[in-house]
Amino acid sequence: MTAPPLLSVEDLAVEFETAHGPVPALQGVSFWLPQGEVLGIVGESGSGKTVACRSIMRLLAGNARIRSGRIEFEGRDMLALDERELGRLRGERVAMIFQNPSTHLDPLMTVGRQVGEALQVHHGVDAAEARRQSIALLADMRIPEPERRVDSYAHQLSGGMRQRVMIAAALACKPSLLLADEPTTALDVTVQAQILDLLKRLRRERGLSIVLVSHDLGVVAQMCDSVVVMKDGKVVESGPVGDIIERPRMEYTRRLIASQPSLMPPATFATHAREPILSLDNLSVHFPQSRGMAALLAGRTRHVVRAVDGVSLSLARGETLGIVGESGSGKSTIARAIVGLAPTHSGGIVFAGESVGALSGADRIRFQRAVQMVFQDPFTSLNPAFTVAQTLAEPLRQHRLCKPAEIPARVADLMRKVELPAELLTRRSGQLSGGQRQRVGIARALALEPQLIIADEVTSALDVTIQAQILGLFRKLREVMNLSLVLISHDLAVVRHLCERVAVMRQGRLVEYGATADIFAAPREPYTRELLAAIPRIAPPSPVTDAARHPA
Amino acid sequence: MSAGSEAGPRPALGSWRLRLPATLLVGAAIVVTWLLIAAFGPAFVAHDPIAVDLAHALLRPSADHLLGTDSYGRDVLTRLMYGARTDLQMAFFGVAGPFIIGTIVGLLAGNFGGIPDAVLMRILDVTVSFPYFVLVIAIVAVLEPGLTSYYISLTLVNWVSYARLVRSEVIVLRQADFVLAARTIGIGEIRVMSHHLLPNAISPSVVFVFTDAVLTIVLGSSLGFLGLGVQPPAAEWGVMIAEGQLYLATAWWIAVFPGIAISLLALGFSLVADGLAKLLHTAP
Amino acid sequence: MDRFAFVLRRPLQLVPVLFGISLVTFVLVQLMPGDPVRIMLGPRASADAIAAVRARYGLDQPVLLQYGYYLLNVLRADFGRSLAYRAPVLDVILARLVPTICLLAYGLVMSVAFTVALAVAAARRPGAWVDQMVRLFCVAGLGLPSFWLGLMLIMLFSLRLKLFPVSGFGESPVDVLWHLFLPALTIAIAVTPILTRNLRATLAAQSTADYAVAGRSKGLSENYVFFRHVFPNSLLPTISLLGIVVSFLIGGTVVVETVFNVPGMGQLMVRAVLLRDYFIVQGVTLFFAVGVVLTSFVVDIITVALDPRVKL
Repeated sequence: MTAPPLLSVEDLAVEFETAHGPVPALQGVSFWLPQGEVLGIVGESGSGKTVACRSIMRLLAGNARIRSGRIEFEGRDMLALDERELGRLRGERVAMIFQNPSTHLDPLMTVGRQVGEALQVHHGVDAAEARRQSIALLADMRIPEPERRVDSYAHQLSGGMRQRVMIAAALACKPSLLLADEPTTALDVTVQAQILDLLKRLRRERGLSIVLVSHDLGVVAQMCDSVVVMKDGKVVESGPVGDIIERPRMEYTRRLIASQPSLMPPATFATHAREPILSLDNLSVHFPQSRGMAALLAGRTRHVVRAVDGVSLSLARGETLGIVGESGSGKSTIARAIVGLAPTHSGGIVFAGESVGALSGADRIRFQRAVQMVFQDPFTSLNPAFTVAQTLAEPLRQHRLCKPAEIPARVADLMRKVELPAELLTRRSGQLSGGQRQRVGIARALALEPQLIIADEVTSALDVTIQAQILGLFRKLREVMNLSLVLISHDLAVVRHLCERVAVMRQGRLVEYGATADIFAAPREPYTRELLAAIPRIAPPSPVTDAARHPA
Repeated sequence: MSAGSEAGPRPALGSWRLRLPATLLVGAAIVVTWLLIAAFGPAFVAHDPIAVDLAHALLRPSADHLLGTDSYGRDVLTRLMYGARTDLQMAFFGVAGPFIIGTIVGLLAGNFGGIPDAVLMRILDVTVSFPYFVLVIAIVAVLEPGLTSYYISLTLVNWVSYARLVRSEVIVLRQADFVLAARTIGIGEIRVMSHHLLPNAISPSVVFVFTDAVLTIVLGSSLGFLGLGVQPPAAEWGVMIAEGQLYLATAWWIAVFPGIAISLLALGFSLVADGLAKLLHTAP
Repeated sequence: MDRFAFVLRRPLQLVPVLFGISLVTFVLVQLMPGDPVRIMLGPRASADAIAAVRARYGLDQPVLLQYGYYLLNVLRADFGRSLAYRAPVLDVILARLVPTICLLAYGLVMSVAFTVALAVAAARRPGAWVDQMVRLFCVAGLGLPSFWLGLMLIMLFSLRLKLFPVSGFGESPVDVLWHLFLPALTIAIAVTPILTRNLRATLAAQSTADYAVAGRSKGLSENYVFFRHVFPNSLLPTISLLGIVVSFLIGGTVVVETVFNVPGMGQLMVRAVLLRDYFIVQGVTLFFAVGVVLTSFVVDIITVALDPRVKL
C-alpha cells in the first residue's frame, strides 16, 4: 500500500487576462510528487514551467486566473483555500526559492531578519529567539561567520551566499515541500554545483521534497527522481528521469535532449597547418576605479581592476578558439579589447601581421572590415529604432561596399545566409524573437565580409533548442565563408562542441590553454578540473565529462 | 545566463503601437479643441476684447454675454478666447527653445563625458538650487516685465531639465551593445549620436515637453497675475484673474472662468503627457 | 565610519554650488537697468553718500573685482540697501523670514500628509475606484494655478462661509495656524499632485517587486509585506524628491503670500520687482537658493542614514 503523493496536480488550466483577451498559460497540466522525492519541471521560455510552480502556492500575478483543475497538497485542496489559510501554509508547510537572489531579498532589511520573518509570523517567536534560530540556519547552510553575517545586508553578500540565505529563509519553519524556481540559473557554474549539493544534502537530512524548475536538462538529470517536460503550457511527457532521458518518446523531448551541448559531438581538428591570423601578446587591460577625493587625499593610490592580466594566445586562420570562464574572468574584456572597444594597458594585439593598437585612418577601416563582433544580449544588440533592413544596410553604406542601388540585394543575401525570411526586413527588433535577433546580429557582422568574428556569449540568453540552431548556423557559416572564430562562453559544453582550441580564464588570468580534446581529457589545472566537474551531466554519462571527474 | 528573458528596451520613436492610450486621445482632443477656440473662436463673437465700455461693466452672465463682463465692460468670453491664443503661444515658445537647446547639450555631454559633462553637471546643480519661479521672476525683473522677458528667462533656465533627462538616457545607452556594434562597424560619432543615441534617448524628454507645457502655462499666468508678465489691457488669463480679484464677492465670474480655462487647457496637456508616457513606457 | 566621512565631505561639495549661486545673483545685479547707486540712495543723495556706496560695493572696479566685493559683502551679511524700505536689505528680509518659514513648514506637513494618504490608498488597491481618482487628481492637479485656487478658497471659505480670515499672519501661534490654514492648504494642493504621482508609482512598482513576492511566499500577509517591505523601499526615492518639493513650495509662497497678503519673503519679492527695488530681489533670491541647498543637504543626510546600500 503506497502512501498518497505529497503533492498532486490534476488537469490544471491557468490563463492570464490581458488587454487582448484571455491568454492561456497552462492547459491540462498534471503531475505528482511522492514524499521525499525531487520532481523536475523542465522547459524553455514560454513553456509555463514557472506558472505551474507558482500555482502550487497560488503565488501568481494579479491578472492570472486558475480556470480549472485540482491541486492537492498534504491532503488539502489548495484551490479551495482562502488567502488567510494560504498565508498559514506558505512558509510553514510549503516554501519557495527563486532565480535571482539579489532582487528577491529586501535590500533595506538585514539578512538575518529576513531569515527569521517566517518564524515570527508562523511560530510567534520573539525577535531575540528568531535571531538565534537565524544564526543556526545560516550555519546549517554553511555560510561562514553566521553570527556576523546575520546583520549583513543583501548587497554585502556574493550571489552564492545570497541564494543560501534565501534557502535558509525558506526552510526556517521546516516545510515539507520546497519549490525551487530556477534557483541556480543566475549563478556561475561552480557556485551552481555548490548550491545543488546543498539542496541534495538538505533533502537527505530533512526528508525534504522538492519541485525543481529549470531550463537546464543537465541540472534536472543530476538532481531529480522524476521529470515533467513542458512546452507551450502543456505537458509533453513525464516519468522517471532515467527513462525520459534514455528513451524519450516524444519528438520535442528528443529535440530537447539532442540540443544539449554536452551531447553534441566534439570539434574536430583540421589536419593542415595554418598561419596565425590573430595573436595576443601579454595583453593587459586595466580599468581604474576612482575613489573619492578623501581617499586620494589620504594617500591611497587609485584602485585598479585588472580585468585582463598578461594573457597570451593565438588563433590560426580558419580555426575556432574558445575563451571560457565564469563572471569576472575577463573573457568579454578580451573580446572588446580586440575590436578596440576597451583600452589596452600593456601588451599587444596583432592581426594579420599588423599591430592593432597603432592603426588609424585607412588601416583602421580595413581592420574594422576584417574583424567583427556579435554580442550577447539579443535585446540590446540591435537599435530599437531601426528596421532589420536599416540595421543590415548601415555597414554596407558606411564602408561603401557597393552602389546604393545594390544594397537591397546584398541585404537579402545576408538574410538568406542566416536563414531568415525576407518579410522580417521591415520589422523592428522589438517584433522579433530572441533567436531571430541573434541571427540579425550575425548577419550584421557578416555584412562587411570579415575574416574574423568574435562571438561574445552569443547563445547565453537563448533557449537551448534555439541555441542549438544558432550553433549549427555558426558551423555552416564557418565552412562556407572560411571564417576564423573566437567564441567567448561560460558554457564548456558549447566550447567543446565548436572549438578546436580553448583558453580557460579566471579573474583576468589565463589558467590553461591548448587543444580542446586534450584539456577535456586531461585537465592540468585544479580550476579547470573544478569547472569541468561542475558541468551538470546528463545520463547516460558522457565519456568526456566523466573523464574530467575522474582524472586518470 | 537565463534562458529567454521577458524584459526589453523601451520602444524608440517611430515604433508606435496601434493601441493608443485613452488618456492620450482625450488629452489631445482637449488641446485641439482649445487650438480651434483660439484660432476661430473670436470670429463667432461680436465683442471687442480690449475696448472699454463702462456702461456694460460687471454684468452677470446672460445670453448677450455668456460669461458676463468685467469691470471695464469687456466681454469675458471674448477675452477668454483671445487669452487662449496667448497661453497656447506660451506653451509652444516657452518649451521649444529649452527642448532644443537642452536636448543638444544633454546629448553632447552624455556622449562625450569628461569636462563638458562635469561643467554641465555643475550648472545643473546650481540651477536646481534656485526655486524655479523665483529665478524666473528675478530674471524678468531685471529685463522689463513682459512676454518676451518671460521667454528669455525660460530659455535661460529651463533647458537644464531637458539636458538632464537626455544626458541620463545617453549615459546608459552609450554602453548598450548596439551602440558598441555601431562603433565596431566604424560609424562616426555624429551618426552614432543622431541615429543611434538620440532616437532612443529622447522619449522621456518628449513626454516632459507636455508636462513642461502645463508648468509653463501656469507659470506664465502666475506672472500675469502678479503684473510681471503680459501687461494689461492684453487679454491674458492671469491678468484677468488679477483684475477679478477685487470683485470676488460681487462679480465672481471675472475671476472664476479664466481659472477654469487655465485648468482645462493644462489638463489637456497633462493628459497627453500621461498617455504618452504609457505609450513610450517611460515615467510621466 | 564611512557614513561619518560622507557627512563631513558633503558640505565641501556644496561649496562650488554656493559659489555658483552667488555668481548667478551677482550677474543679475549686473544686468539691472539704471545706476545701482541711484537705486539704493534715490535721486537726491549727497556726493559723499554716493562716493561711500561706490567704494563699499566697488562699483568703479572691473567686473571680476566687483564680484570679489560682492562675495565679501555677502559674507559680511551686507546685501545692499533698499530704497523703498529705507533700510539694509538684510534687515528687511529678516523681518519677513518668520511668516514664510511658518507657511513653508505648514504647507510641507500638509502636503506630506495628503501625499502619503492618497498614494497609499491608491497603491493598496490598484485599478480600483480610489486608484483612478487619485491618478486623475494627480493629472488634473498639476495644471491648477495656485493663485486662482487661493482666490477660490478665499471666495468659498472666507467670504461665503466666513470660516477663515481673508489675509494676514496672526499673532499667537494658534492664531497663526488659523490665518495660515488656507495659504498652506493652497500650496499643499499645488505640490501634492507631483509628490503623489511619484510615490504612488513607486509603491505600485515595489508591490510587485521580487522581494515582495518572496515575502508573500513565506506566508507574510499583504499588510505586513506592504508596510514592512514595500513602503520603506518606496520612501527612499520619494524622500530625495523632497528637496525639489521644497523648491516648488518656495515658488508657491511667492504667489500665495501675495494672494493672502501674508507679510513674508514671497510678498516682499513681488513688491520689490514691481518697485524696481533690485537689491531686495537679489537678496531674497540668494536667501531662497541657500535655503534650497540646505534642505537638499539635509535630505541627502537622511537618505544616507536610511539606505544601507549607499557606497561612500
